[in-house]
Amino acid sequence: MNQQELQSLRALIASHKRWDFLFGVLGVLALMLGVMTFVALFADMTINGIGRINIDFLTSFPSRRAANAGILSAWVGSVLVMLVTACAAVPLGVAAGVYLEEYAPKNWFTDIIEINVTNLAGVPSIIYGLLALGLFVYTFGLGQSILTAGLTLALLILPVVIVATREAIRAIPQIIREGAYACGATTWQVVSDHIVPYSSAGILTGVIIGMARAIGETAPIITVGALTFIAFLPPAPFTGDPSAGLFDWLFAPFTVMPIQMFNWTSRPERAFLDNAAAAGFILVLMTLTMNGLAIWLRYRLRKNIKW
Amino acid sequence: MKMTKFAAVAAMALTGLSASGLVQAQALVKVDGSSTVYPITEAVAEDFQKSKKNSVRVTVGISGTGGGFKKFCRGETDVSDASRPITKKEIEDCKAAGIEFIELPIAYDALTVVINPKNDWARKMTVAELKAIWEPAAQGKLTSWKQVNSAWPDRPIKLYGPGADSGTFEYFTEAINGKAKATRGDFTASEDDNVLVQGVARDVGGLGYFGFAYFVENKDKLAAVSVATEAGKPAVAPSLETVINGTYQPLARPIFIYVNAKAADRPEVKEFVEYYMKHGESLTKEVKYVPLPAKAYAYNLDHFAKRGKGTKFGGENKVGMTIEDLMKIEAK
Repeated sequence: MNQQELQSLRALIASHKRWDFLFGVLGVLALMLGVMTFVALFADMTINGIGRINIDFLTSFPSRRAANAGILSAWVGSVLVMLVTACAAVPLGVAAGVYLEEYAPKNWFTDIIEINVTNLAGVPSIIYGLLALGLFVYTFGLGQSILTAGLTLALLILPVVIVATREAIRAIPQIIREGAYACGATTWQVVSDHIVPYSSAGILTGVIIGMARAIGETAPIITVGALTFIAFLPPAPFTGDPSAGLFDWLFAPFTVMPIQMFNWTSRPERAFLDNAAAAGFILVLMTLTMNGLAIWLRYRLRKNIKW
Repeated sequence: MKMTKFAAVAAMALTGLSASGLVQAQALVKVDGSSTVYPITEAVAEDFQKSKKNSVRVTVGISGTGGGFKKFCRGETDVSDASRPITKKEIEDCKAAGIEFIELPIAYDALTVVINPKNDWARKMTVAELKAIWEPAAQGKLTSWKQVNSAWPDRPIKLYGPGADSGTFEYFTEAINGKAKATRGDFTASEDDNVLVQGVARDVGGLGYFGFAYFVENKDKLAAVSVATEAGKPAVAPSLETVINGTYQPLARPIFIYVNAKAADRPEVKEFVEYYMKHGESLTKEVKYVPLPAKAYAYNLDHFAKRGKGTKFGGENKVGMTIEDLMKIEAK
């Protein structure tokens, strides 16, 4: 190879490297656009809201006086609704995902179900709210309660959980199944001893993505009748007079964090805007805590898997 | 593990259903309706619960006047907040469901037309000028202040107003354009009044309208337009006094609560409404609305005690009603 060819080859490599570098810069910029927007919003919210965050803010009910107003009923409502959502969506979603992957015969009927599940993930949340209003509130007579809201949000995140479950199950090597079947295991034994435990980390990720979406939802919750002013908590089991039953809290009226924030941002007094910012900060914190918990659980679960 | 969880949920649903009858044991007053009336009802609910040492519970929602009446006429709520009188259609719905109601006016709200503080030419306007700006025919044609009044500068006019679901929008269009919901469509609409405040505050050629409380809280950023009913008549600025003496016209309007007559026999609802009327005047002032004269609340108490049912408005919205007029109608 003569000197000239070598030179042109080097030039070629250098120009390709330049493109590499440029694309890298573009990628970082694209990433920063999202990250910086979030950081700017979060910083703005923190600066406005941090002055309002103290124990009183977390333990007070809403009030017409901005300085006395707190988010007790809102955060308790959000936590309880999320609890109901998780209890309903996880077993249903995982069962549906397992069925579709491990049990369902490969025919046109299964195909239709699969297409529908995928499409459901794209349905606007208000539609779920209207469905829940007709079905849970009126047909089933569950009322405008924590149970209704939790089930509504469970419907909303069900497609996400199902899709995540299926992805996680597909990632399990086929040889695991074949090995188990070869030893004479039934489908149920394969699912309960191998498939679900091995895919639980992936399922958990899906559940958390769904829950993070659900906790910020306002539209369907307003449709099923969440309230704006509520200065009492759902009855704790076996307290009060007459003593509340174990599940009475499921039927209590409620509000959630996003609704409380929305109400405060539309108030004329500017002090309420600081309250809204503070509530937003707490809501982000709640979401991060949920994510943190999931990451920790995932880490624990992965450690136990030994193939 | 998954199975036991699933069984737990099923058990929860079943036991929960059977327990649902017990929940109603605690005294609960349910209020829903207009977001305009909400601040007053919220204040009353807050103080009422405190005065009862939390033995009675009050919930307040904001479904809007129309949304509130829908729930009210299904018997889902005990009290409905309304920023306008009940309509004929809503009266029929209530009747069909066998629901009778007691109508109680509780305060006045002054719709306030606002401009940018740097706008020094349009501090006074007539209803005709406002109509020229907002009427449906103005859409796309009237774009400059000069077209409204030739003495005004040739600056682009930017309009801000509440969305079509709001009772404020309905009243303003009826009072100014002569027909409810008739308006030009090319303006910035938002259900969040703070968005309207921001819009007008940033735009020298801006003009918008919303409830008086939002103007009071943003006095440093906005200027209120004094409104004259006709050219030649004095222009009146919105304030507590001008609403009470009836000179701020036609944008002052009464706001109401409607009480389910059957629910009014429950002690907690009765006490809540009575508390509302006894403390309505001071609480209304505190949340920056215009209270009715003391005798109006006394009259309401009496009207409520006698369970005077039905509406005094015949299912129609009346524009330009002073407190005097309202008292006369109510006394009928």
